[in-house]
Amino acid sequence: MIEIRNVSKFYGAFQVLKNCNSSIARGEVVVICGPSGSGKSTFIKTMNGLETIDSGEIVVGNFRLAPGVTNLATLRRTVGMVFQNFELFPHLTVLSNVTIAQTKVLRRGKAEAEEKARSLLARVGLSAHLTKHPAQLSGGQQQRVAIARALALDPEVMLFDEPTSALDPEMVNEVLDVMTSLAKQGMTMVCVTHEMGFARGVANRVFFMDSGEIVETANAAAFFDHPKSERAKAFLAKILKH
Amino acid sequence: MRVDLAALVSAWPFLMTGLWFTLQITVVGVAGGIIFGSLLAVARLSRNRLLSGFATAYVNLMRSIPLILVIFWVFFLVPWAIGWFTNHGRPVAVGASLTIFVTFVLFEAAYYAEIVRAGFRSISAGQYSACEALGLSKFHSYIYILFPQAIRNVLPILLTQTIILFQDTSLVYVISATDLLGAATKIAQRDGRLVEMYLTVGAIYFIICYAASQLVKQLQGRLSYGAR
Amino acid sequence: MSLLFEATPDGAGRYLDWIISGLAWTLCLALGAWTIALVVGTLVGVIRTFPDGILPRIGRVYVETFRNIPLLVQMFFWYFVLPELLPARIGMAIKQMDPPWGSFVPALICLGLFTAARIAEQVRAGLQALPKGQAQAANALGFDASGMYRLILLPQAFRIILPTLTNEFMTIFKNTSVALTIGLVELTATAREINENTFRTFEAFGVVTIIYLLIALIAWQVMHRIEQAARLPGIASGKA
Repeated sequence: MIEIRNVSKFYGAFQVLKNCNSSIARGEVVVICGPSGSGKSTFIKTMNGLETIDSGEIVVGNFRLAPGVTNLATLRRTVGMVFQNFELFPHLTVLSNVTIAQTKVLRRGKAEAEEKARSLLARVGLSAHLTKHPAQLSGGQQQRVAIARALALDPEVMLFDEPTSALDPEMVNEVLDVMTSLAKQGMTMVCVTHEMGFARGVANRVFFMDSGEIVETANAAAFFDHPKSERAKAFLAKILKH
Repeated sequence: MRVDLAALVSAWPFLMTGLWFTLQITVVGVAGGIIFGSLLAVARLSRNRLLSGFATAYVNLMRSIPLILVIFWVFFLVPWAIGWFTNHGRPVAVGASLTIFVTFVLFEAAYYAEIVRAGFRSISAGQYSACEALGLSKFHSYIYILFPQAIRNVLPILLTQTIILFQDTSLVYVISATDLLGAATKIAQRDGRLVEMYLTVGAIYFIICYAASQLVKQLQGRLSYGAR
Repeated sequence: MSLLFEATPDGAGRYLDWIISGLAWTLCLALGAWTIALVVGTLVGVIRTFPDGILPRIGRVYVETFRNIPLLVQMFFWYFVLPELLPARIGMAIKQMDPPWGSFVPALICLGLFTAARIAEQVRAGLQALPKGQAQAANALGFDASGMYRLILLPQAFRIILPTLTNEFMTIFKNTSVALTIGLVELTATAREINENTFRTFEAFGVVTIIYLLIALIAWQVMHRIEQAARLPGIASGKA
């Protein structure tokens, strides 16, 4: 589903991504972890073109993304994204947040878009909040709306960029539950997250990144029980202490 | 159209006389406006209802009417007002400069008052309490403690208002005063050189205001850096 | 205030009619120029936030030019200078426009474009105050630049800048008075004309001063209503 070949990216002289290679199959759930500043957030954003790349190529489905490719409409339809800070549109109601891209980007009819939005919002447990504005919801609720908003465009891949790290601890699980059920339904998912319980329980594979490199890729159980690289061992030792 | 540079060269000294008057209005307007404006700001914050009511009414009135209208008011009323006190009620002829200086102080004070008031509001309430706790008089509190902080907090806005004031001085054209624009107009009409004269004064205003606004921007950057 | 009901020297009506005519020109000029300013100002403010290319630079030149030259000088530019710089035939056609259109049209363009520069700066500030993630979210959902600005970014930016926009809206009514210098008999010019005809300074200028006060009050009310209507549930006013 996603092929990443020799991808590098620079900020000025600083190399944020160093020759990254990997491949993600349809229906697979991949968790990307690593210390902060390791480039994992930049890496995931290259997969829908929010971050440009300086060399290499990324193929998502039938779409080939390379340096200089600018018409990203097809890619954006294929890939949904959930952000760390939700990024709901504060001036729109919950329902409109989920319908606006359907009607304006995909040109779906209003009735069809609303029906889709209602069923998705029911799926994430927010049917009672359709007419509220984002600022009236808790963080966990907002993030669930954001997931529904991305799903409304029928993406084939979902990207999650630290979806729970801006949440109060008691709200983390309501979001992880939605993600888990999504994974069980066979969605292809790439998640940057520090939730090791989710990684171990749901992910098929874990990518460990450090200093812009993919240092290690392994299936989840193997990664946690027998990390190969020293850097992964040091990272796991640090986060498991907490 | 043929641009006549020689006409421009010969007009230059007169234009500079006009610019000198423009600068005089600006300086008087800024100095008088800030002093009177600060008094208005303090009055608005006063617990004396009459005082704060007057200051509020004054500021709102001045900010609601055009400067040109204020120029006309002063132009027609100051001769009467002075005559009333000195000449048994008959109006006294007053020079255009005095009219203009009075107008700009009265008018700009309303704008400076709002800026200074915002400055006072940006000072933490603790500063006011500290002044009281130290036993400082109202007057000393304002002069030594509160006013300097207020001014520093709103300095960029204060300077931006001053650039606006500098541009506003061109409106004295309506009573035929010889500021920069007035000088240009007089030559333009005498020599039939409207295009050259107005483009030239436009350029002079632009250079001064652009340079000043860039300086304010730099200062703003430095102030916000210092606050970090 | 008996002055208002006295006959004018031309015998065509009362001074009240002059005042009403002056008021009408002031309102037409202010509202027309405001429309131009909103459209042009929004466009210029938007292009100033583009990441690269020639457009942000054009936007900057526009804003700096119109902000750093006095309104009155700009009035003279549109009225006296521009017709001379255009091809002779067009220049003549402009100069021969019937009064008051010969004054009104240049004043409308001038005040509209002048105010646009100030609105552009506010729009830019509003757009730049939004979290970067909003544009990213819009991109990720597949919006093109036009959809992103129209549907996502501008509605939020305008909510942020509504208070400063209120100030600008009140200012444009006052700035219409500058048009008297190119011969438009708006409200302030009307006061001057009545004064010259009657020497009743207090009444002539007093009436007009009160009208300006009322205009300011109504303008503020209108914007206040808009601010209330635009307020989002769950968010204190003044924020997005």
